Amino acid sequence: MQFYNKKWDSFKGDVWKREVDVRNFIQNNYTPYTGDDTFLVESTERTKQVWQKLTDMFEVERTKGVYDAETKYPSGIDVYGPGYIDKENEVIVGVQTDAPLKRGIYPKGGLRMVENALEAYGYEIDPMTKEIFTRYRKTHNEGVFSAYTAEMVACRKSAIITGLPDAYGRGRIIGDYRRVALYGTDILLLDKKQQLERLDMHEITVELIQQREEVSEQINAMKRFVKMCASYGFDVTKPAQNAREAVQFVYFAYLAATKDQDGAAMSLGRTSTFLDIYIQQDIAAGLLTEEEAQELIDQFIIKLRIIRFLRTPEYNDLFSGDPVWVTESLGGQGIDGRTLVTKTSYRYLHTLYNLGPAPEPNLTVLWSANSPENWKKFCAKVSVNTSAIQYENDDLMRSDYGDDYGIACCVSPMKIGKQMQLFGARANLAKCLLYAINGGRDEKSGVQVSPAFSPITSEYLDYDEVMQKFDQMMRWLARVYVNTLKIIHYMHDKYAYEAFEMALHDLEVQRIRATGIAGLSIVTDSLAAIRDCKVKVIRDERGLAVDFEREGDYVPFGNNDDRTDQIAIQITEKFMEYLRQHQTYRNAIPTQSILTITSNVVYGKKTGSTPDGRAAGTPFSPGANPMNGRDRNGAVAALASVAKLPFHHAHDGISYTFAIAPNALGKNMEARVDNLVNLLDGYFTPNGGQHLNVNVFNNELLIDAMEHPEKYPQLTIRVSGYAVNFVRLTREQQLDVISRTINDRI
Amino acid sequence: MAITGKIHSFESFGTVDGPGIRFVVFAQGCPLRCLYCHNPDTWDAGKGKIEMTAQELVAEVVRYKNFIQKKGGVTFTGGEPLLQAAFVRDFFTLCQQEQLHTALDTSGCLLNESVKELLNVTDLVLLDVKSIDAAEYKHLTSGVLDHTLAFLDYLQQIGKATWVRHVLVPQLTDNDERLHQLATYLKRYSVVEKVELLPYHKLGIFKYEALGMTDPLAHTESLSHERLQHARDIFMSHGLTVL
Repeated sequence: MQFYNKKWDSFKGDVWKREVDVRNFIQNNYTPYTGDDTFLVESTERTKQVWQKLTDMFEVERTKGVYDAETKYPSGIDVYGPGYIDKENEVIVGVQTDAPLKRGIYPKGGLRMVENALEAYGYEIDPMTKEIFTRYRKTHNEGVFSAYTAEMVACRKSAIITGLPDAYGRGRIIGDYRRVALYGTDILLLDKKQQLERLDMHEITVELIQQREEVSEQINAMKRFVKMCASYGFDVTKPAQNAREAVQFVYFAYLAATKDQDGAAMSLGRTSTFLDIYIQQDIAAGLLTEEEAQELIDQFIIKLRIIRFLRTPEYNDLFSGDPVWVTESLGGQGIDGRTLVTKTSYRYLHTLYNLGPAPEPNLTVLWSANSPENWKKFCAKVSVNTSAIQYENDDLMRSDYGDDYGIACCVSPMKIGKQMQLFGARANLAKCLLYAINGGRDEKSGVQVSPAFSPITSEYLDYDEVMQKFDQMMRWLARVYVNTLKIIHYMHDKYAYEAFEMALHDLEVQRIRATGIAGLSIVTDSLAAIRDCKVKVIRDERGLAVDFEREGDYVPFGNNDDRTDQIAIQITEKFMEYLRQHQTYRNAIPTQSILTITSNVVYGKKTGSTPDGRAAGTPFSPGANPMNGRDRNGAVAALASVAKLPFHHAHDGISYTFAIAPNALGKNMEARVDNLVNLLDGYFTPNGGQHLNVNVFNNELLIDAMEHPEKYPQLTIRVSGYAVNFVRLTREQQLDVISRTINDRI
Repeated sequence: MAITGKIHSFESFGTVDGPGIRFVVFAQGCPLRCLYCHNPDTWDAGKGKIEMTAQELVAEVVRYKNFIQKKGGVTFTGGEPLLQAAFVRDFFTLCQQEQLHTALDTSGCLLNESVKELLNVTDLVLLDVKSIDAAEYKHLTSGVLDHTLAFLDYLQQIGKATWVRHVLVPQLTDNDERLHQLATYLKRYSVVEKVELLPYHKLGIFKYEALGMTDPLAHTESLSHERLQHARDIFMSHGLTVL
């Protein structure tokens, strides 16, 4: 294979010049940075003007729900001509449709979602578009429902399995957007054409047919991408020649992905250290000043902040606003021991000061014990000031994912350009436990959802009997769950294939089947209560267990009590083993997450009383968090409990959300920063926790923001694996956040 | 037979009782009856919920080593740890063997051989000086000021790093003249590295209710931010470092 561009003469290394290998380019050319944050500068005037213009538009968007929406043309890479916010002042260009904040429609995923969302905001779908996607073109959503079994539909309806990507894009696929800047599309297309030649084998199989069609689709998407960029006056067929082009090309590639797909999470990857190479080179050559470098990053981040998808209000309630999960992974450690932190990693975080806090992009720091102390302190300072970043354990993940992985969505690691995920949302294990007690009848509706297993009929719950029945029910749930996912991903590939994102992957991509569980701490506490106390069942006239009475005491999950925490470990392992028993679609690797997104409140509503003492309808704890108000030994004990959950049985991530008042974190800024650094160092040992959301704010502030939202348009808080504007949470979610904050302790 | 300690509770994320993140042990039992006490549930020495040996306690602490070893450590507070000096001594000895920093939060009400041995294995003393006026001390605590001052003299004599803590209660200790007096007194002691002013708060109020006791300061307000700053200025004007 012969790749070459003159620009490459200025870069070191040779493997990446022979084959598509961005990591090899980074390792050969980046400059680690161990200094402090004093080099950072403010936004330029131009940036301020662009941001101001948008800030005014955000106000309209907040009031109307959406700023504007397309009603006719389905979104696509080259459907629209160029669009601008403030052309004169934009250094990085490109918007999703023909105007900023105007939302596109993606009917390939599902027409009903589009229709309902448009209607909710006072728009109507164009009749011709509707006709096309009703009469002539089947959607992913229709495909899925034409194949679902009755049992799958029942599980979905009773919310024992929820959040399935069966009505819109599945997301959680990260294209290696850096490839466009490094290679240009001519080389990438050449590579794809060679892949197609390699796929001309002696024996054509169904798998091979699918793969050949997909690569052809990737080539088409790439060609459309070239047209899209040309409409903005850029030639992306050749590699980026300078820092501005590098940032612009990476952004264009990401933008094209968001024009092509409305995936549940559209993450960016790991771009800061890659872009730093170009910025460093231009600064060294006197072609770029620090102000201009920050301007490029500020304006790139501004663009990432205005990625929008059209969702129904119910979806927005569930996820609190409309998150896109433009997750960017920062920092981390190379396998050669050098830090991957660069000055541009700082520049990314610095946008939270220059532009103020915001939920997107979802800035994720890959924490390593060996990261530079200056960087650790800077991150901690940004957390204390903005509550806008999350942390994930690089020392834990690096051994499996190397040093060029990125986080998709909240907590899902994947090797950039080499792995992709088949997203599968989550199963409600708390409900599964109630099904075990009730023989598979739903505790709310009374409907028989699972096959009719014999229910527990005794007055008091017996631990061994409950465990045996719960085991049986988990096996059943794992089966129906993974079978459901096979249908979803088969149909998604068929009707809404992510041609452009996959064009920025290797041919032999490794697929990860990600399932998830919600309610782990409730199940753990319930089983501990059944084991250590007397738990009496209260049944209604239908014979369903609807409440429980407990005599005695148990130590809940989150107190670093090995006897209780062992239950959580055991359930995580067991459910994972049952998931592993089944075949996967396209030989995907089975994994699971312990993550709820913000749906912990909605799960709570849909689940009856549980033996741990939780009343029907009250929220679950988010992610892997211990249940609220049950800690007796303080925050570190809770972290220690969560850190015991086995990552090798939950490779898709274990989310923990931590909220603390500034005074409880430390007496002054210096102490808060130090304590947070030590907390993160303590949690993220090589065998420690995987993820930590850090929120630092006072409850008084949150209560004031709840009452006077207009005063806090940018107040950002971290929730399960991403961030939201606090004022866009539903009131129930706001109260849930407030109740979980650690305040000044006694 | 190993000595056992009577413990009220633990806090695994202590950030206000000494430097860094600290594993805080609350001793059960206190001879003082401070009017503004926010932990009245630790008074009665007969009511210890947890009873364990120093070995058992250090085994518990070591589970948190990742979090506390770098800049934090262990703090023994109360209650009054000096009532169980031999136990705390054994515990601190084991902590130091684990390379953990030890802090003792005390009113300094007692100074005997056992306490002196405890101080040998203590890295930092958080000495709570409730008042510098003997009569007021008696009124506030039912204890004796001279004991605390003798304790401070001993700390000076052995060169033990000390942070002096002082609670500011509106109408009681929030008094300019007294604050100047205390600052003047403290600056003679070179072992006093820092003065920590603690504003009176109402967070302990529910404990009095739960114990069926009357909160003697039920009608006292929390200290204002302005008054706290004012008091800090007073101590700083005497050249003391205020935390």
